[in-house]
Amino acid sequence: MNYAQFAAFILLLPLLSFVVLGIWGRRYLSKLAPWFGTASMAAVCALSLYAAFRYFFVDGSVGGVFQPIIAMQVPWLEFGYKNLSIDLGLLLDPISVMMLVVISVVSLMVHLFSMGYMKGEDRVPTYYAFLSLFSFSMLGLVLSVNLFQIYIFWELVGASSFLLIGFFFTKPSAVAASKKAFIVTRFADLFFLIGILIMGIQAGSFDFGVLLQQLTNPASEASVAMASAGFLGLSALTWALVLIFIGGAGKSAMLPLHIWLPDAMEGPTPVSALIHAATMVVAGVYLVARLFPVFQLDALAMQVVTWVGASSALFAAVIACTQTDIKRVLAYSTMSQIGYMMFSLGVGGQGETAALGYTASMFHLFTHAFFKSLLFLGAGAVIHFVHSNDMRDMGGLRRLMPLTHISFLIGCLAIAGVPPFAGFFSKEEILLAAWQSNKLVYYLALFTAALTAFYMFRLYFMIFWQADKQYHHHSEGTLSMKLPLLLLALLSISAGFVPFSQFVSADGRATATHMHWQFSIAPVVLVILGIGLAAWLYRQQNDKPAKLAASLGSFYKGAYRKFYFDELYLFVTHRILFKMIGKPAAWADKQLVDGAVNASGDATLAAAQAIKGWQSGKVQQYLLVFLLAVLLLAAVLLFFWLV
Amino acid sequence: MVPVSHMLFFSTALFFIGVYGLLTRRNMIALLMSIELMLNSVNINFVVFNKYLWPGQLDGVFFSIFIIAIAAAEAAVAIAIVINLYRSHLSVDVDDAAELKY
Repeated sequence: MNYAQFAAFILLLPLLSFVVLGIWGRRYLSKLAPWFGTASMAAVCALSLYAAFRYFFVDGSVGGVFQPIIAMQVPWLEFGYKNLSIDLGLLLDPISVMMLVVISVVSLMVHLFSMGYMKGEDRVPTYYAFLSLFSFSMLGLVLSVNLFQIYIFWELVGASSFLLIGFFFTKPSAVAASKKAFIVTRFADLFFLIGILIMGIQAGSFDFGVLLQQLTNPASEASVAMASAGFLGLSALTWALVLIFIGGAGKSAMLPLHIWLPDAMEGPTPVSALIHAATMVVAGVYLVARLFPVFQLDALAMQVVTWVGASSALFAAVIACTQTDIKRVLAYSTMSQIGYMMFSLGVGGQGETAALGYTASMFHLFTHAFFKSLLFLGAGAVIHFVHSNDMRDMGGLRRLMPLTHISFLIGCLAIAGVPPFAGFFSKEEILLAAWQSNKLVYYLALFTAALTAFYMFRLYFMIFWQADKQYHHHSEGTLSMKLPLLLLALLSISAGFVPFSQFVSADGRATATHMHWQFSIAPVVLVILGIGLAAWLYRQQNDKPAKLAASLGSFYKGAYRKFYFDELYLFVTHRILFKMIGKPAAWADKQLVDGAVNASGDATLAAAQAIKGWQSGKVQQYLLVFLLAVLLLAAVLLFFWLV
Repeated sequence: MVPVSHMLFFSTALFFIGVYGLLTRRNMIALLMSIELMLNSVNINFVVFNKYLWPGQLDGVFFSIFIIAIAAAEAAVAIAIVINLYRSHLSVDVDDAAELKY
């Protein structure tokens, strides 16, 4: 089958929608824009599903091994060095096809939900244009054939997230949040770019296929070059992988580059769903997964991935327990879950567990996309109803918003990992992978799972239980807001039953995973304990949470203030960077650079002032000077002629 | 035959009389006349060198005729300038037309 047409359409449709809505949207399509954007995304979704069907069931696998299919590849820029070139193309392999489905489904749901959520806002066509751009960038990112192409789309994702987070640009906090997201991820991207260049220059190619094939063969020229070159005692391979991982950690909001993620909640809530579930934050995980066979070669890089992931998972879970803004709790839960995916990739080393960590990570990405977008859209519906983000303004909503309540509950159960919801299966697999390779990570992950259950149900009980508050609004939302919740709730229930390891594994071979029910006892019991604790503390309005917080003292306060990371960054940027580097640089610019320019101007002016009297306007004076000069010249010439 | 040095002395004297007039006169028509003197001294030089160095040729004579023709045209342009100067400044004194400075 000709995948090129397919995959090209998957990319071109959102781009077309962006261009059309961006240029003509506000003038001619102000009513039709949501329909236009949603229709194009629905078409993309259908194409993606069909592509997935064709790939996974018809012609993706050759002899039981899923082969990467290059649907298209054109050289774009030749470097003239080691045959290095930047190509543009479309790559279909199990993870990119899986991501196509995830992105297009979640994006479609977000488009649908936004029809109700954004009703009555200004600039709705612009909003849909940005959504299309965002989907386009992320789809392009997963279809990239080489590191440089992924970098191009990576930056597009960053730019479109900047546009969407700052969508309400009249709010100063939204402007600040969008700048923060852009600058932090851009800062990480600098390292990513350096990593790409090291990789390209040492290995002689940016192409994923070539890189994987060359580097996994220890005798190849690229491997030798990578291993022999080094800096500060680490090989070029380690440097390249760690730098690339820093780029991924920036986009995926891993510790310590996570600070943009909670602030990114300033964007419209459906956008948060898109950022957190399908696009942007999973880009880092996808990047590591894309280069997984290369990461496997380097134990140090794998350790970095593991520990950054595991510490982010725990760190975010602790903070999430103390936050009172509904979207911030969800933001930290995303960071925690992305941490799970990261360390799962990190522990998926060589040997018998090799396939498991990788598959588990991708499986969790898959299931997480559905329940996290469900939770965010549910939160969006709640915010739409209550007109506040603060959980303390909510309560008793289960009677007023029955459908949102049920779907949110399903989302909470799924993320907590209660069987048989989707999160249970993927989290079990991650825990199993951790158990088989690193016990410490396993215990951290287990504790984080209990915390996850606790904070998600704290959120749930605070919103939907407790005492009723006074609300002005009395309808749950339009059909376009309910339908995505319903569909995503169904997906959150059923996604766990997908035999994922049949389709996605590190080497493309279908592997069978078995449920070890004895193994599941510990996490499930802990999760139920977490839910029970949350129910005990938060089901009724009481003073137990306050007492608990008081007894935890400074630890609670630290977690509530997000462990002072923002303050630390402010200190580093304002007190050290701005003061030590920015101010002297500004001084040098103003005094030295501008000074030199001004001085040359002043000197010219002064010289002109001094000699302007020579221009008397009297023609005979000029004539006299001319005559004397001619005589002088004649004298000089005569002198030389005679001597 | 008159020696060539006499002729050259004469033409040089004529030239510097012209220069002197050009530098000291203030009336623009006098300046024009001084310039004519200088041109004529050049003409004399051409004719003299033609006569004394290459008597069989006429190039120098042609050149002086050429210069006389050009000088006539130049005088017409210069007189037009003088008239315009007079119209705008009500004077033909070059020191009165000293605005073009700084």
